[in-house]
Amino acid sequence: MEMQDKKLQVSAIKNGTVIDHIPASSLFKVINILGLGKIKTQMTFGSNFESKKLGLKAIIKLADVFFVDDDINKIALVAPEAKLNIIKDYKVVEKKVVEVPDNIKGIAKCGNPKCITNHESIVPKFTVVNKKKVAIKCHYCEKITDSEHMEIF
Amino acid sequence: MENKHLISITDYSKEEIFKILDLAAEFEKNPNQNLLNNKVIATLFFEPSTRTRLSFESAISRLGGKFIGFTEAGSSSVSKGESVKDTIMTVANYSDMIIMRHPIEGSARWASEVSGVPVVNAGDGANQHPTQTLLDLYSIRKTQGTLDNLNVYFVGDLKYGRTVHSLLQAMSMFNTTFNFISPEELKIPDEYKLFLDKKGLKYYEHRDFSDIISHADIIYMTRIQRERFSDPMEYEKTKNSYVLKNNMLENTKPNMKVLHPLPRVNEIHTSVDENEKAYYFTQALNGVYTRQAIITHILGLKK
Repeated sequence: MEMQDKKLQVSAIKNGTVIDHIPASSLFKVINILGLGKIKTQMTFGSNFESKKLGLKAIIKLADVFFVDDDINKIALVAPEAKLNIIKDYKVVEKKVVEVPDNIKGIAKCGNPKCITNHESIVPKFTVVNKKKVAIKCHYCEKITDSEHMEIF
Repeated sequence: MENKHLISITDYSKEEIFKILDLAAEFEKNPNQNLLNNKVIATLFFEPSTRTRLSFESAISRLGGKFIGFTEAGSSSVSKGESVKDTIMTVANYSDMIIMRHPIEGSARWASEVSGVPVVNAGDGANQHPTQTLLDLYSIRKTQGTLDNLNVYFVGDLKYGRTVHSLLQAMSMFNTTFNFISPEELKIPDEYKLFLDKKGLKYYEHRDFSDIISHADIIYMTRIQRERFSDPMEYEKTKNSYVLKNNMLENTKPNMKVLHPLPRVNEIHTSVDENEKAYYFTQALNGVYTRQAIITHILGLKK
């Protein structure tokens, strides 16, 4: 038997989006933020690949899925270095980097246990106060949550 | 743009702050004005705060208004598990303005988003207490004649003291030089130092509180609370190191005034009370004028 047969074939996608350079530890957060659980098309997730930049990285391939900028930028909170390849007819037609948005709504939980958003049913809102080392300031309690303490819904 | 509510001191521009302070000066000259005739103000104190509540109720009374409310959560439907949202939406039907104190941070902002009437934050946990900040600013401007280019010394609990944080944010608009005197465990959080760095303002940190106050225009004292210390031994060691005594005021500037948000425990020795540089009781009186100004400004009763 040839070795080839035992290899898992991850085929290139014809049309869709490839998200690369996701920190391996953030893969499942990215899946949640993008709501990939509800998408019915073919998806491939790979994780714990070696990366010079990130240590261990993850990659997501999504067939027939394209994002608008506002949606994709949400993942910048947990994967600020993520790169998108937009595939059409097996070719990369566009490359995009994610950009940390100025304001975020929903997505993250305020890290302050004494914040009203952790006590009543309120959609948390934040302004991003640091885009490089992501830190967000709660619209309600005005406390800053950094990326280490950030909990994603 | 003028604000319908007062939730955080950072919502106010310099101009709006000056407007409040000018109005407060007017009320100091003429405190009894029937501007709140037929108006009902709700004072909702989800946690007790005698001083702030009485100051607001005095302000409302001097303006000829009526107030309704509760003085602690135990005597309201909150004890039955009602949410802030439901309490506020209900009370907004009964009143023309809601003044609230609540232990949960951000509760006042949330209240302002669900209330049909203006909301004034009278303290939300460790977050904001903007009416205190405005009365502090009024007291500083009144005693110094200006808010610009002053040397302000904060003493005591600079880590948890929300009055310190809010006043620091407000004074940062006036080219203030800051001095922070506190024990290591209660030092000013990095986030505020970063804030001052960004604004290009000068600040100095000190652990020792003795002869460094000779350049001060304002000394802002705060209470050091036992429960803030992880190590009770540390509290015992430090509690007497940040006490202001009368003889320490000898070499201070003639214009210098001592402020304190009150209540005081032992951090200002009672011998200071007689000194003309002690200003904290007058500061509390200024609280009534400032709150009259805030209420009438927000309700649009004073142009």
